Amino acid sequence: MDPQPQAGKASLQRSRALPQPGEGPPPAPRLGAVGWVRQNLFSTWYNGVLTVVCVWLLYAAGTRVLAWVFATAQWTVVRVNLRLFLAGRYPQDQTWRIWAVVLFVAGLGVASWAAWNAARRHPAAAWFRRRLPLAWFLSFPVVVWLVRGGAGLPVVDTSLWSGLLLTLLLAVVGIVGSFPLGILLALGRRSSLPAVRALSILYIETVRGVPLITILFMAQVMFPVFMPEGVRPDRVLRAMAGLVLFTSAYMAENVRGGLQAVPRGQVEAAMALGLKSHLVVLLIVLPQALRAVIPAIVGQFISLFKDTSLVAIVGLSDLTGIARSILAQPQFLGRYAEVYLFVALVYWIFSYSMSLASRRLERQLGVGER
Amino acid sequence: MQRVASPPDGPIADKKPDEVPGRKPMIVAENVHKWFGGFHVLRGISLTVHLGEVVVIMGPSGSGKSTFIRTVNALEDYHRGRIVVDGIELTHDLKNIEAVRSEVGMVFQQFNLFPHLTALQNVTLAPVWVRRWPRKRAEQVAMELLERVGIPEQAHKYPGQLSGGQQQRVAIARALAMQPKMMLFDEPTSALDPEMIKEVLDVMRNLAASGMTMVVVSHEVGFAREVADRIVLMDSGVLVEEGTPTEFFQNPKEERTRRFLAQIL
Repeated sequence: MDPQPQAGKASLQRSRALPQPGEGPPPAPRLGAVGWVRQNLFSTWYNGVLTVVCVWLLYAAGTRVLAWVFATAQWTVVRVNLRLFLAGRYPQDQTWRIWAVVLFVAGLGVASWAAWNAARRHPAAAWFRRRLPLAWFLSFPVVVWLVRGGAGLPVVDTSLWSGLLLTLLLAVVGIVGSFPLGILLALGRRSSLPAVRALSILYIETVRGVPLITILFMAQVMFPVFMPEGVRPDRVLRAMAGLVLFTSAYMAENVRGGLQAVPRGQVEAAMALGLKSHLVVLLIVLPQALRAVIPAIVGQFISLFKDTSLVAIVGLSDLTGIARSILAQPQFLGRYAEVYLFVALVYWIFSYSMSLASRRLERQLGVGER
Repeated sequence: MQRVASPPDGPIADKKPDEVPGRKPMIVAENVHKWFGGFHVLRGISLTVHLGEVVVIMGPSGSGKSTFIRTVNALEDYHRGRIVVDGIELTHDLKNIEAVRSEVGMVFQQFNLFPHLTALQNVTLAPVWVRRWPRKRAEQVAMELLERVGIPEQAHKYPGQLSGGQQQRVAIARALAMQPKMMLFDEPTSALDPEMIKEVLDVMRNLAASGMTMVVVSHEVGFAREVADRIVLMDSGVLVEEGTPTEFFQNPKEERTRRFLAQIL
């Protein structure tokens, strides 16, 4: 199915005879709309049949979906509960703090993007770019302070953290926590110290052998049993810990794949320059290893983001949990389709953004790869 | 940091005038043995390389040349014997090994440039992180070195954008940036296309002419004849013969050497 057979031939001929100065690129074959349709959709009789069937199916399904979305569905349930979906039971009069967090993070994101792109031209941008990791690291306590309160702001108890807010907090903490832990576990698994290696393998294989939901249950139900009377760590915190511990095992295996892809010669060259072994790992091995596994890591993050919905089962009101409680409102009984479609859309928007960001990152870091 | 870097006068530290070339031993290997599992790769190698000397090691593949040169900066360990580099004995002591490595430059057959760093960053990496030079100064020295190996205009390219010959010249500059007292070359031109071999050998010739102590594993007969002070033939983990280029090529003493030369000449 080559849509442009002429182009292929032309470039072949061009490579045989070197182009003369002034000779332009081969002319693009002019096909036109009718030609394109004939070549791509009706090139043979069975392609023609397939095209007709597919168009009919798309039409039949599409019209029904559109009819349902715009006529049958009653989106009041989403419209009325929008705040509940997004901020959950976060106190109404403190909502500005969530907006402040959104603005703060968005501002930092835009500033990072600008600095990343302008670093070549402006020394100030280059200076900021070098400090980006630090800036993001420091932004974390700021966000926690804004959401949780304390130090001048009224404290909002974690039991009130819910909706999309809780989902995002769980995901961010899970990502930020599991990434370094996963790297350490991956390095541990390749360590030359037998004890470190054995412990890493034991941890990774144990955690990978059980479902996330059991770990979350364990954190919520079993953990307090083992604690002394009166000590009850925060439930949200326990869920976060469960997610981090679970994801870091998978992260470790992803990173290990990247570590194995770095040729031995790289380590030798770095050692031959007199670099100490921690610098060899930090400056030479990890940058190459992580770059090689960006797709796998981002896939892991996306799957973690969606897995946070499991905390609804252990009684936390994340986006999915809130959806269930909204469905229990008497005036919206039975509005499953609308509610879950909306929830799915929200998950999709965030997952797809991560996917887009990862592709951009790959392209940016791909400069000069072998 | 046990080692305080002194400011460089130029890219290469000059030899002190009171040291007579060919006197001070830089590498002393005594009866070095090594096994890979059951395979006896090095079977009692003894070799001394003096300051300012250029020694070319030749020999068929699998004779242990590369393994030997790699033991000199502890990329391979050895099981018996003794290796002393510039007065520091190579033991399992990491301090010693790091001290030796920062004084011995190494150039690999496969270049082993860091693909995620530009040519310039490849060269400045070790001075900045090992010698703790300020970045400005490291970059200045790196540019001088890239000029010396003839590719200053490629400084901001990544290794993947350079030809094999250019990559190997960056690799030489990278090793020189640490201002090593001696350089090891492990078949530096074996992975290169024929038309790029010369540009790398020219850099090495200049380096030898500047008085650098060099140990080169190579099959380049022309280079060995012209630049080497001494040529060593290794076979099956043993030093078969050593001599000046004239002795070695014109008048080899050993039958094994004659057979080897008959095959490569």
